[in-house]
Amino acid sequence: MFPAELKYMESHEWAKSEGDLITVGVSDYAQQEIQDIVYVELPEIGQKLEQKKEFAVIESVKAAFDIYAPASGEVVEINVELEDTPECINEDPYGAGWIIKIHLSNPGELDNLMSVDEYRAKIEAEAEA
Amino acid sequence: MSDNLKQTPLVEIHKQLGARMTGFGGWEMPIQYSSIVAEHKAVRSNVGIFDLSHMGEIEIRGARALSLIQKLVTNDVSKLRNGRALYSPMCTESGGIVDDVLVYRFTASRYMLVVNASNIDKDCDWVHSHNKNGAEICNVSDETVLIALQGKNARTILQRLTDVDISTIDYFAFTEGKVDGIPVVISRTGYTGEVGFEIYVETNYGEEVWNTLHAATTSEGGEPIGLGARDTLRLEMKFCLYGNDIDESTTPLEAGLGWTVAFRKGEFIGSDALTRQNEEGIKRHLRGFKMLDRGIARSHHKVYHGNAPVGEVTSGAPSPSLGCNIGLAYLPTEWSKRHTSINVEIRGKRHPAEVVATPFYKSSN
Repeated sequence: MFPAELKYMESHEWAKSEGDLITVGVSDYAQQEIQDIVYVELPEIGQKLEQKKEFAVIESVKAAFDIYAPASGEVVEINVELEDTPECINEDPYGAGWIIKIHLSNPGELDNLMSVDEYRAKIEAEAEA
Repeated sequence: MSDNLKQTPLVEIHKQLGARMTGFGGWEMPIQYSSIVAEHKAVRSNVGIFDLSHMGEIEIRGARALSLIQKLVTNDVSKLRNGRALYSPMCTESGGIVDDVLVYRFTASRYMLVVNASNIDKDCDWVHSHNKNGAEICNVSDETVLIALQGKNARTILQRLTDVDISTIDYFAFTEGKVDGIPVVISRTGYTGEVGFEIYVETNYGEEVWNTLHAATTSEGGEPIGLGARDTLRLEMKFCLYGNDIDESTTPLEAGLGWTVAFRKGEFIGSDALTRQNEEGIKRHLRGFKMLDRGIARSHHKVYHGNAPVGEVTSGAPSPSLGCNIGLAYLPTEWSKRHTSINVEIRGKRHPAEVVATPFYKSSN
Protein backbone atom coordinates (compact mmCIF):
# COMPACT_ATOMS: atom_id res chain seq x y z
CA MET A 1 0.00 0.00 0.00
CA PHE A 2 3.08 2.28 -0.13
CA PRO A 3 4.53 2.40 -3.66
CA ALA A 4 8.32 1.99 -3.61
CA GLU A 5 9.01 4.67 -6.24
CA LEU A 6 7.56 7.48 -4.10
CA LYS A 7 9.15 9.66 -1.44
CA TYR A 8 7.22 10.34 1.76
CA MET A 9 6.88 13.03 4.42
CA GLU A 10 6.46 12.54 8.17
CA SER A 11 3.08 14.26 7.75
CA HIS A 12 2.04 11.50 5.28
CA GLU A 13 2.25 13.28 1.91
CA TRP A 14 3.91 11.50 -1.02
CA ALA A 15 5.92 12.97 -3.89
CA LYS A 16 6.55 11.39 -7.26
CA SER A 17 9.49 12.85 -9.06
CA GLU A 18 9.49 13.45 -12.85
CA GLY A 19 12.47 15.63 -13.82
CA ASP A 20 12.06 19.00 -12.10
CA LEU A 21 8.36 18.33 -11.41
CA ILE A 22 6.79 16.42 -8.56
CA THR A 23 3.23 15.13 -8.26
CA VAL A 24 1.94 15.31 -4.70
CA GLY A 25 -0.75 13.43 -2.81
CA VAL A 26 -1.41 11.84 0.56
CA SER A 27 -0.55 8.27 1.49
CA ASP A 28 -2.95 5.40 1.88
CA TYR A 29 -2.30 5.58 5.62
CA ALA A 30 -3.32 9.26 5.65
CA GLN A 31 -6.55 8.70 3.70
CA GLN A 32 -7.50 5.90 6.08
CA GLU A 33 -6.86 8.16 9.05
CA ILE A 34 -8.82 11.06 7.52
CA GLN A 35 -11.72 8.90 6.19
CA ASP A 36 -14.86 10.17 4.42
CA ILE A 37 -13.22 13.04 2.53
CA VAL A 38 -15.84 15.63 1.58
CA TYR A 39 -13.87 18.69 0.52
CA VAL A 40 -10.40 19.69 -0.65
CA GLU A 41 -9.27 23.31 -0.55
CA LEU A 42 -6.70 23.55 -3.36
CA PRO A 43 -4.02 26.18 -3.91
CA GLU A 44 -3.99 28.28 -7.08
CA ILE A 45 -1.82 27.64 -10.10
CA GLY A 46 1.24 29.86 -9.89
CA GLN A 47 1.23 29.89 -6.10
CA LYS A 48 4.73 29.60 -4.60
CA LEU A 49 5.11 26.87 -2.00
CA GLU A 50 7.71 26.34 0.66
CA GLN A 51 8.81 22.90 1.77
CA LYS A 52 6.96 21.69 4.90
CA LYS A 53 4.48 24.59 4.76
CA GLU A 54 0.76 23.87 4.34
CA PHE A 55 -0.67 24.33 0.85
CA ALA A 56 -4.06 22.59 0.95
CA VAL A 57 -6.72 21.45 3.38
CA ILE A 58 -8.57 18.15 3.27
CA GLU A 59 -11.84 18.05 5.16
CA SER A 60 -13.60 14.90 6.31
CA VAL A 61 -17.02 14.73 7.89
CA LYS A 62 -15.31 15.06 11.25
CA ALA A 63 -12.41 17.51 10.86
CA ALA A 64 -10.03 19.56 8.68
CA PHE A 65 -6.46 18.40 7.97
CA ASP A 66 -3.58 20.57 6.70
CA ILE A 67 -1.52 19.17 3.84
CA TYR A 68 2.19 20.10 3.61
CA ALA A 69 4.44 20.65 0.61
CA PRO A 70 7.11 17.96 0.13
CA ALA A 71 9.38 20.54 -1.57
CA SER A 72 9.52 24.23 -2.48
CA GLY A 73 8.44 25.48 -5.87
CA GLU A 74 5.54 26.73 -7.93
CA VAL A 75 2.14 25.06 -8.37
CA VAL A 76 1.86 24.23 -12.08
CA GLU A 77 -1.17 21.97 -12.03
CA ILE A 78 -4.01 21.22 -9.61
CA ASN A 79 -6.34 18.22 -9.69
CA VAL A 80 -9.60 20.03 -10.46
CA GLU A 81 -11.46 16.70 -10.37
CA LEU A 82 -11.15 16.86 -6.58
CA GLU A 83 -13.58 19.79 -6.48
CA ASP A 84 -16.45 17.50 -7.42
CA THR A 85 -15.10 14.13 -6.36
CA PRO A 86 -12.89 14.64 -3.30
CA GLU A 87 -13.55 11.00 -2.36
CA CYS A 88 -11.02 10.08 -5.12
CA ILE A 89 -8.39 10.54 -2.42
CA ASN A 90 -9.99 7.79 -0.32
CA GLU A 91 -10.49 5.52 -3.30
CA ASP A 92 -7.20 5.97 -5.15
CA PRO A 93 -4.69 8.03 -3.13
CA TYR A 94 -1.75 7.39 -5.49
CA GLY A 95 -3.69 7.71 -8.77
CA ALA A 96 -6.90 9.68 -9.32
CA GLY A 97 -6.48 11.23 -5.86
CA TRP A 98 -3.30 13.19 -6.68
CA ILE A 99 -3.54 16.79 -5.48
CA ILE A 100 -1.03 19.10 -7.22
CA LYS A 101 2.11 19.21 -9.36
CA ILE A 102 4.98 21.42 -8.27
CA HIS A 103 7.79 22.82 -10.42
CA LEU A 104 10.73 22.48 -8.03
CA SER A 105 12.86 25.47 -7.18
CA ASN A 106 15.41 23.34 -5.32
CA PRO A 107 15.29 19.66 -6.36
CA GLY A 108 17.91 18.87 -3.69
CA GLU A 109 15.16 19.21 -1.07
CA LEU A 110 13.79 15.83 -2.13
CA ASP A 111 16.74 14.28 -0.29
CA ASN A 112 15.05 15.36 2.97
CA LEU A 113 12.11 13.07 2.30
CA MET A 114 11.76 9.47 3.44
CA SER A 115 12.14 6.36 1.35
CA VAL A 116 9.32 3.84 1.42
CA ASP A 117 11.23 1.68 3.93
CA GLU A 118 11.80 4.61 6.26
CA TYR A 119 8.16 5.64 5.97
CA ARG A 120 6.87 2.15 6.63
CA ALA A 121 9.14 1.84 9.67
CA LYS A 122 7.82 5.15 11.00
CA ILE A 123 4.19 4.04 10.67
CA GLU A 124 4.89 0.71 12.33
CA ALA A 125 6.66 2.48 15.18
CA GLU A 126 3.65 4.80 15.61
CA ALA A 127 1.25 1.86 15.63
CA GLU A 128 3.24 0.23 18.45
CA ALA A 129 3.49 3.42 20.52
CA MET B 1 -4.48 5.22 23.64
CA SER B 2 -3.76 7.09 26.85
CA ASP B 3 -3.91 5.14 30.09
CA ASN B 4 -6.00 7.88 31.65
CA LEU B 5 -9.03 7.14 29.49
CA LYS B 6 -11.87 5.14 31.01
CA GLN B 7 -13.25 2.20 29.07
CA THR B 8 -16.77 0.88 28.79
CA PRO B 9 -17.37 -2.82 29.56
CA LEU B 10 -17.78 -3.35 25.79
CA VAL B 11 -14.42 -1.91 24.70
CA GLU B 12 -12.94 -5.24 23.59
CA ILE B 13 -15.99 -5.95 21.44
CA HIS B 14 -15.52 -2.63 19.63
CA LYS B 15 -11.87 -3.40 18.96
CA GLN B 16 -12.77 -6.86 17.63
CA LEU B 17 -15.30 -5.20 15.33
CA GLY B 18 -12.45 -3.10 13.95
CA ALA B 19 -13.61 0.20 15.44
CA ARG B 20 -11.34 3.22 15.29
CA MET B 21 -11.10 4.35 18.93
CA THR B 22 -10.80 7.91 20.20
CA GLY B 23 -10.87 9.87 23.44
CA PHE B 24 -14.23 11.49 24.17
CA GLY B 25 -15.15 13.14 27.47
CA GLY B 26 -12.44 11.13 29.24
CA TRP B 27 -13.51 7.82 27.66
CA GLU B 28 -11.95 5.58 25.03
CA MET B 29 -14.85 5.24 22.60
CA PRO B 30 -15.47 3.95 19.07
CA ILE B 31 -15.55 6.95 16.72
CA GLN B 32 -16.45 4.78 13.73
CA TYR B 33 -16.56 1.14 12.63
CA SER B 34 -16.96 1.44 8.83
CA SER B 35 -17.39 5.11 7.92
CA ILE B 36 -19.26 7.99 9.50
CA VAL B 37 -21.34 8.55 6.37
CA ALA B 38 -22.25 4.86 5.95
CA GLU B 39 -23.16 4.55 9.63
CA HIS B 40 -25.20 7.76 9.53
CA LYS B 41 -27.15 6.50 6.51
CA ALA B 42 -27.70 3.08 8.12
CA VAL B 43 -29.48 4.75 11.06
CA ARG B 44 -31.55 7.02 8.78
CA SER B 45 -32.62 4.22 6.43
CA ASN B 46 -32.48 1.05 8.53
CA VAL B 47 -31.05 0.57 12.02
CA GLY B 48 -27.88 1.01 14.06
CA ILE B 49 -26.64 -0.13 17.47
CA PHE B 50 -24.63 2.13 19.80
CA ASP B 51 -22.65 1.54 23.00
CA LEU B 52 -23.46 4.50 25.25
CA SER B 53 -22.10 2.99 28.46
CA HIS B 54 -19.91 6.05 28.97
CA MET B 55 -23.07 7.96 29.94
CA GLY B 56 -23.68 8.23 33.69
CA GLU B 57 -26.63 7.01 35.73
CA ILE B 58 -27.42 8.49 39.13
CA GLU B 59 -30.26 6.93 41.14
CA ILE B 60 -32.13 9.14 43.59
CA ARG B 61 -34.47 7.43 46.03
CA GLY B 62 -36.58 8.04 49.07
CA ALA B 63 -39.44 10.27 50.20
CA ARG B 64 -37.36 13.39 49.48
CA ALA B 65 -36.18 12.30 46.03
CA LEU B 66 -38.78 14.26 44.07
CA SER B 67 -38.27 17.52 45.97
CA LEU B 68 -34.50 17.27 45.45
CA ILE B 69 -34.83 16.66 41.69
CA GLN B 70 -37.42 19.45 41.36
CA LYS B 71 -34.86 21.80 42.87
CA LEU B 72 -32.04 20.53 40.61
CA VAL B 73 -33.66 20.56 37.17
CA THR B 74 -35.60 23.22 35.28
CA ASN B 75 -38.33 20.95 33.86
CA ASP B 76 -41.31 19.81 35.95
CA VAL B 77 -40.65 16.28 37.19
CA SER B 78 -43.93 16.22 39.18
CA LYS B 79 -45.69 15.76 35.82
CA LEU B 80 -44.07 12.35 35.35
CA ARG B 81 -46.02 9.17 35.91
CA ASN B 82 -44.29 5.88 36.71
CA GLY B 83 -42.56 4.62 33.59
CA ARG B 84 -42.08 8.07 32.03
CA ALA B 85 -38.99 10.13 31.42
CA LEU B 86 -38.27 13.73 30.54
CA TYR B 87 -35.39 15.80 29.24
CA SER B 88 -34.15 18.72 31.31
CA PRO B 89 -31.25 21.05 31.81
CA MET B 90 -29.81 21.28 35.32
CA CYS B 91 -28.72 24.88 35.99
CA THR B 92 -26.52 26.98 38.23
CA GLU B 93 -27.99 29.86 40.25
CA SER B 94 -27.12 32.17 37.35
CA GLY B 95 -29.00 29.99 34.87
CA GLY B 96 -25.95 28.44 33.17
CA ILE B 97 -26.28 24.78 32.26
CA VAL B 98 -24.46 22.34 34.61
CA ASP B 99 -25.60 19.44 32.43
CA ASP B 100 -28.54 18.27 30.34
CA VAL B 101 -30.08 15.08 31.67
CA LEU B 102 -32.88 12.58 31.29
CA VAL B 103 -34.98 12.04 34.42
CA TYR B 104 -36.68 8.63 34.70
CA ARG B 105 -39.46 8.00 37.21
CA PHE B 106 -39.66 4.34 38.25
CA THR B 107 -41.89 5.02 41.28
CA ALA B 108 -42.83 8.04 43.36
CA SER B 109 -39.73 7.41 45.47
CA ARG B 110 -37.28 6.10 42.85
CA TYR B 111 -35.78 8.17 40.02
CA MET B 112 -32.76 7.94 37.75
CA LEU B 113 -30.81 10.78 36.16
CA VAL B 114 -28.90 9.94 32.98
CA VAL B 115 -26.03 12.39 32.59
CA ASN B 116 -23.24 13.15 30.14
CA ALA B 117 -20.06 11.08 30.43
CA SER B 118 -17.77 14.05 30.91
CA ASN B 119 -19.96 15.40 33.72
CA ILE B 120 -20.50 12.32 35.91
CA ASP B 121 -18.24 13.41 38.78
CA LYS B 122 -19.30 17.06 38.58
CA ASP B 123 -22.99 16.11 38.55
CA CYS B 124 -22.64 13.69 41.48
CA ASP B 125 -20.97 16.42 43.54
CA TRP B 126 -23.63 18.91 42.48
CA VAL B 127 -26.51 16.58 43.39
CA HIS B 128 -24.93 15.69 46.75
CA SER B 129 -24.24 19.33 47.61
CA HIS B 130 -27.94 20.21 47.25
CA ASN B 131 -29.23 17.17 49.12
CA LYS B 132 -30.27 18.82 52.40
CA ASN B 133 -33.16 16.50 53.30
CA GLY B 134 -31.62 13.05 53.09
CA ALA B 135 -32.55 11.64 49.69
CA GLU B 136 -30.52 8.51 48.86
CA ILE B 137 -28.11 9.20 46.00
CA CYS B 138 -26.28 6.41 44.25
CA ASN B 139 -23.96 6.67 41.25
CA VAL B 140 -24.65 3.42 39.39
CA SER B 141 -22.75 4.38 36.22
CA ASP B 142 -20.18 1.61 36.56
CA GLU B 143 -22.87 -1.00 37.13
CA THR B 144 -24.83 0.04 34.05
CA VAL B 145 -24.32 -0.71 30.38
CA LEU B 146 -26.39 1.44 28.00
CA ILE B 147 -27.04 0.24 24.46
CA ALA B 148 -29.10 2.21 21.94
CA LEU B 149 -30.94 0.74 18.99
CA GLN B 150 -31.99 3.50 16.60
CA GLY B 151 -33.70 3.51 13.22
CA LYS B 152 -37.00 2.47 11.70
CA ASN B 153 -36.22 -1.25 12.01
CA ALA B 154 -35.33 -1.00 15.71
CA ARG B 155 -38.87 -1.95 16.72
CA THR B 156 -38.98 -5.15 14.69
CA ILE B 157 -35.57 -6.26 15.87
CA LEU B 158 -36.23 -5.58 19.53
CA GLN B 159 -39.70 -7.15 19.49
CA ARG B 160 -38.23 -10.48 18.39
CA LEU B 161 -35.98 -10.53 21.46
CA THR B 162 -38.26 -9.36 24.25
CA ASP B 163 -41.39 -10.41 26.13
CA VAL B 164 -42.53 -6.78 26.34
CA ASP B 165 -45.04 -5.54 23.75
CA ILE B 166 -42.91 -2.65 22.61
CA SER B 167 -45.66 -1.10 20.49
CA THR B 168 -47.13 0.00 23.84
CA ILE B 169 -44.01 2.03 24.78
CA ASP B 170 -44.70 5.66 23.89
CA TYR B 171 -42.02 8.23 23.12
CA PHE B 172 -40.26 9.11 26.39
CA ALA B 173 -41.81 6.10 28.15
CA PHE B 174 -39.93 3.08 29.46
CA THR B 175 -40.58 -0.31 30.95
CA GLU B 176 -38.71 -3.02 32.81
CA GLY B 177 -38.60 -6.26 30.85
CA LYS B 178 -36.25 -8.86 29.44
CA VAL B 179 -34.11 -9.03 26.34
CA ASP B 180 -33.14 -12.60 25.52
CA GLY B 181 -34.08 -13.53 29.11
CA ILE B 182 -31.91 -10.86 30.75
CA PRO B 183 -33.57 -8.14 32.86
CA VAL B 184 -33.30 -4.70 31.24
CA VAL B 185 -34.95 -1.29 31.15
CA ILE B 186 -36.26 -0.47 27.68
CA SER B 187 -36.70 3.24 27.08
CA ARG B 188 -38.10 4.80 23.92
CA THR B 189 -35.64 7.63 23.75
CA GLY B 190 -32.68 8.56 21.61
CA TYR B 191 -30.38 11.19 20.16
CA THR B 192 -30.85 10.57 16.45
CA GLY B 193 -34.35 11.75 15.49
CA GLU B 194 -35.31 8.22 14.44
CA VAL B 195 -37.58 5.76 16.23
CA GLY B 196 -35.40 3.99 18.72
CA PHE B 197 -34.73 2.55 22.11
CA GLU B 198 -32.16 2.92 24.83
CA ILE B 199 -31.63 -0.27 26.80
CA TYR B 200 -30.14 -0.22 30.29
CA VAL B 201 -28.65 -3.46 31.56
CA GLU B 202 -26.51 -4.49 34.49
CA THR B 203 -22.83 -4.46 33.53
CA ASN B 204 -22.42 -8.23 34.12
CA TYR B 205 -24.92 -8.92 31.32
CA GLY B 206 -23.79 -6.10 29.05
CA GLU B 207 -21.74 -8.17 26.61
CA GLU B 208 -24.46 -10.78 26.28
CA VAL B 209 -27.16 -8.23 25.52
CA TRP B 210 -24.86 -6.35 23.10
CA ASN B 211 -24.02 -9.58 21.26
CA THR B 212 -27.70 -10.52 20.94
CA LEU B 213 -28.76 -7.07 19.75
CA HIS B 214 -25.71 -6.68 17.49
CA ALA B 215 -26.38 -10.02 15.77
CA ALA B 216 -30.04 -9.09 15.26
CA THR B 217 -29.04 -5.68 13.93
CA THR B 218 -26.51 -6.95 11.40
CA SER B 219 -28.87 -9.70 10.24
CA GLU B 220 -31.24 -6.86 9.20
CA GLY B 221 -28.42 -5.10 7.38
CA GLY B 222 -27.85 -2.63 10.22
CA GLU B 223 -24.48 -1.65 11.68
CA PRO B 224 -22.74 -0.67 14.91
CA ILE B 225 -22.52 3.13 15.06
CA GLY B 226 -19.66 5.19 16.45
CA LEU B 227 -19.63 8.62 18.03
CA GLY B 228 -18.83 10.27 14.69
CA ALA B 229 -22.21 9.38 13.19
CA ARG B 230 -23.90 9.94 16.56
CA ASP B 231 -22.68 13.54 16.29
CA THR B 232 -23.90 14.14 12.72
CA LEU B 233 -27.24 12.46 13.50
CA ARG B 234 -27.86 14.64 16.55
CA LEU B 235 -26.68 17.80 14.76
CA GLU B 236 -29.24 17.28 11.96
CA MET B 237 -31.89 17.30 14.73
CA LYS B 238 -30.37 20.30 16.55
CA PHE B 239 -30.04 18.17 19.67
CA CYS B 240 -27.54 20.02 21.87
CA LEU B 241 -24.15 18.52 22.68
CA TYR B 242 -22.95 19.47 26.15
CA GLY B 243 -19.57 21.18 26.01
CA ASN B 244 -20.19 22.37 22.42
CA ASP B 245 -23.62 23.96 22.18
CA ILE B 246 -24.43 24.32 25.87
CA ASP B 247 -22.36 24.76 29.01
CA GLU B 248 -22.31 26.85 32.18
CA SER B 249 -21.96 30.06 30.11
CA THR B 250 -25.21 29.44 28.20
CA THR B 251 -28.77 29.27 29.50
CA PRO B 252 -31.61 26.98 28.39
CA LEU B 253 -33.51 30.03 27.10
CA GLU B 254 -30.59 31.03 24.85
CA ALA B 255 -30.19 27.44 23.65
CA GLY B 256 -33.79 27.19 22.47
CA LEU B 257 -34.66 24.90 25.38
CA GLY B 258 -37.28 27.25 26.86
CA TRP B 259 -39.82 24.42 26.64
CA THR B 260 -37.84 22.61 29.36
CA VAL B 261 -38.00 25.52 31.82
CA ALA B 262 -41.08 25.16 34.02
CA PHE B 263 -41.30 28.68 35.45
CA ARG B 264 -44.58 27.87 37.18
CA LYS B 265 -43.44 24.80 39.10
CA GLY B 266 -41.99 26.86 41.96
CA GLU B 267 -38.46 27.74 42.93
CA PHE B 268 -35.53 25.76 41.49
CA ILE B 269 -31.83 26.42 41.11
CA GLY B 270 -31.54 29.13 38.48
CA SER B 271 -35.23 30.08 38.50
CA ASP B 272 -34.58 33.69 39.53
CA ALA B 273 -31.92 34.26 36.89
CA LEU B 274 -33.96 32.56 34.16
CA THR B 275 -37.12 34.49 35.10
CA ARG B 276 -35.13 37.71 34.89
CA GLN B 277 -33.64 36.76 31.51
CA ASN B 278 -37.07 35.84 30.22
CA GLU B 279 -38.53 39.19 31.33
CA GLU B 280 -35.63 41.30 30.11
CA GLY B 281 -35.58 39.51 26.78
CA ILE B 282 -33.23 36.86 25.49
CA LYS B 283 -30.35 38.58 23.72
CA ARG B 284 -28.89 35.65 21.78
CA HIS B 285 -30.29 32.44 20.39
CA LEU B 286 -28.78 29.13 19.32
CA ARG B 287 -29.71 28.91 15.66
CA GLY B 288 -29.17 26.54 12.80
CA PHE B 289 -27.48 27.73 9.61
CA LYS B 290 -26.74 26.26 6.24
CA MET B 291 -23.55 27.05 4.31
CA LEU B 292 -24.24 28.50 0.85
CA ASP B 293 -20.91 27.41 -0.63
CA ARG B 294 -18.58 24.44 -0.09
CA GLY B 295 -17.16 25.80 3.17
CA ILE B 296 -17.52 23.60 6.24
CA ALA B 297 -18.17 25.45 9.50
CA ARG B 298 -16.59 23.92 12.60
CA SER B 299 -16.82 24.62 16.30
CA HIS B 300 -15.26 28.03 17.28
CA HIS B 301 -15.29 29.51 13.76
CA LYS B 302 -16.31 33.18 13.97
CA VAL B 303 -19.65 34.33 12.58
CA TYR B 304 -20.15 37.74 10.95
CA HIS B 305 -23.12 39.77 9.82
CA GLY B 306 -21.70 42.16 7.25
CA ASN B 307 -18.39 43.11 8.80
CA ALA B 308 -19.60 42.87 12.39
CA PRO B 309 -18.59 39.82 14.43
CA VAL B 310 -21.86 38.46 15.86
CA GLY B 311 -21.06 35.04 17.28
CA GLU B 312 -19.24 31.75 17.11
CA VAL B 313 -20.05 28.35 15.66
CA THR B 314 -20.75 25.78 18.40
CA SER B 315 -21.14 22.72 16.13
CA GLY B 316 -20.70 22.29 12.40
CA ALA B 317 -20.33 19.46 9.89
CA PRO B 318 -21.40 18.19 6.52
CA SER B 319 -24.92 16.78 6.79
CA PRO B 320 -24.91 13.30 5.26
CA SER B 321 -28.72 13.29 4.97
CA LEU B 322 -29.07 16.71 3.36
CA GLY B 323 -25.89 16.84 1.29
CA CYS B 324 -25.02 20.35 2.47
CA ASN B 325 -22.92 21.77 5.29
CA ILE B 326 -24.76 22.83 8.43
CA GLY B 327 -24.00 24.27 11.83
CA LEU B 328 -25.20 25.90 15.02
CA ALA B 329 -24.23 29.29 16.44
CA TYR B 330 -25.45 31.72 19.08
CA LEU B 331 -26.69 34.81 17.23
CA PRO B 332 -27.95 38.16 18.57
CA THR B 333 -31.75 38.44 18.40
CA GLU B 334 -31.68 40.91 15.49
CA TRP B 335 -29.62 38.53 13.33
CA SER B 336 -31.27 35.30 14.41
CA LYS B 337 -34.30 35.30 12.12
CA ARG B 338 -34.72 32.69 9.43
CA HIS B 339 -33.18 33.63 6.03
CA THR B 340 -30.76 36.10 7.66
CA SER B 341 -27.49 36.16 5.71
CA ILE B 342 -24.40 35.54 7.81
CA ASN B 343 -20.76 34.70 7.05
CA VAL B 344 -18.60 32.08 8.68
CA GLU B 345 -14.86 32.69 8.78
CA ILE B 346 -13.02 29.53 7.79
CA ARG B 347 -9.21 29.72 7.71
CA GLY B 348 -9.28 33.48 7.28
CA LYS B 349 -11.86 33.54 4.52
CA ARG B 350 -15.55 34.45 4.90
CA HIS B 351 -18.07 31.98 3.53
CA PRO B 352 -21.77 32.83 3.05
CA ALA B 353 -24.40 31.06 5.12
CA GLU B 354 -28.07 31.49 5.93
CA VAL B 355 -30.07 31.06 9.14
CA VAL B 356 -32.54 28.20 8.61
CA ALA B 357 -35.33 26.45 10.50
CA THR B 358 -34.46 23.52 12.73
CA PRO B 359 -34.46 20.59 12.99
CA PHE B 360 -32.49 20.48 9.76
CA TYR B 361 -33.77 16.98 9.12
CA LYS B 362 -37.24 15.52 9.60
CA SER B 363 -37.60 11.77 9.83
CA SER B 364 -40.32 10.28 7.66
CA ASN B 365 -40.97 7.56 10.28
